[in-house]
Amino acid sequence: MFDAPGPRFRRRVFWVSVVSVFVLVGLLALGLRQFAANGQLDPVRWRPYLTWPVWRYLLSGLWSTVLAACATGVLAMAGGLLLALRPNRFTRAYAEVMRTVPVLLLVYVMLFVLPSFGVNLPLFWKLVVPLALSHAASCAVIFRAGIGSVDPGQREAGLSLGMPDGVVTRSVVLPQAVRHMTPLLVTQAVSLLKDTSLGYVVSYTELLFNGRVLANYNGLLIQTFIVIAFVYLVVNLALSRLAHRLEAARARTAR
Amino acid sequence: MSLVLEGFLNTVALTLLSFAGALVVGLAVAVLRIVPVPLLRGVGATYVEVWRNVPLLAWLVLFVFGLPEVGVKMPLFWTAFTAIALYEAAFVAEALRSGVSSVALGQGEAARALGLTFRQSLRHVILPQAGRRVVQPLANIAIALTMATALAGVVGVVDMTRAAQRINLELARPLLVFTGVGLCYLVMAAGIGFGARALERRLA
Repeated sequence: MFDAPGPRFRRRVFWVSVVSVFVLVGLLALGLRQFAANGQLDPVRWRPYLTWPVWRYLLSGLWSTVLAACATGVLAMAGGLLLALRPNRFTRAYAEVMRTVPVLLLVYVMLFVLPSFGVNLPLFWKLVVPLALSHAASCAVIFRAGIGSVDPGQREAGLSLGMPDGVVTRSVVLPQAVRHMTPLLVTQAVSLLKDTSLGYVVSYTELLFNGRVLANYNGLLIQTFIVIAFVYLVVNLALSRLAHRLEAARARTAR
Repeated sequence: MSLVLEGFLNTVALTLLSFAGALVVGLAVAVLRIVPVPLLRGVGATYVEVWRNVPLLAWLVLFVFGLPEVGVKMPLFWTAFTAIALYEAAFVAEALRSGVSSVALGQGEAARALGLTFRQSLRHVILPQAGRRVVQPLANIAIALTMATALAGVVGVVDMTRAAQRINLELARPLLVFTGVGLCYLVMAAGIGFGARALERRLA
């Protein structure tokens, strides 16, 4: 968006960089001072996070998070595909409603309403079912856009070769649609993994809930939740990177 | 009944204030991401990646229970506001940035070929075209933000969802209470969508 920088411009960039380094270091120092003034930098308060038992506990939470995310992902993709392949008034309304109602509300319905009607699922499903119901709607929207982005000529070509409708969808349209949808599906996967933190509400022992238990036990509130946030960050960044790499690899072979 | 009203008002207030905050911070971050200074771009990118990849609930818990530990004490409502605004700012920044980069590269090149400076081409060529394109993504973020305010209920703010849960404990009319609250969210989302379409027509 800009020309190759000349000498004057480069000098200005240099000075802006110098000033921003000072500002950043200043902000960091301010934050650290605030931590230090309240004794939160004391090594004693951080050392537990260098020990294996604490990490084993956090990693077991992460494992539960991943399990819940995978189960939700499979259900949401299946549901989303069904919704997207049958575009009628009901499926459209479902997608609209589910994309405006907070998942937390669905979780509360699962926790407080359904048991009084005699539906009392295990904790795992109390988290996974509301998440899947909600994410199925988002997936449906992504699938519908993906299918819409495939040239209608592709479908016509398949039909004119005498393929049945289902076969055309399955082996002509969907494989091409998936290629368009991959970036959106990755964003969706990250948002799904983040949403499993609602296990905190359900008391399902995922990462954030385990963090709460740990913080209640050792009283290191801010340290625990900073470590938890860091774990989420690493996992989600790895997920996005992996997806980008897969996509790049497939883009090379698709030619 | 006052609980219903309190919850509803808190949700509306939290939504409006956080969205305003997210717009301001998001705009600043988006600017950082497009200026021709590599260091500042890095700062902007880091902001977006860090905030976007950690669940909002984790941020809320960290802010509400963690900040008092380092001597930052704010009323609960404003702590929740800060966390939600900073979180959604990352999404706003991305929407703004992709709006700017969706204006064809050729447009910027044409502006430069005419001798416009960076600032002039941004102001007269790129931003007016980008403005139209960011309305819909921003509306989607606003709707997501409305839903996200429900999480503030988990850390103690009496919002609509939490109010529903508490009323249900007293009334024991779950279907009525939860459907009503669900409808409130629907109406708010519909209002945002309507406003966005109106705005889009005016900018078009």
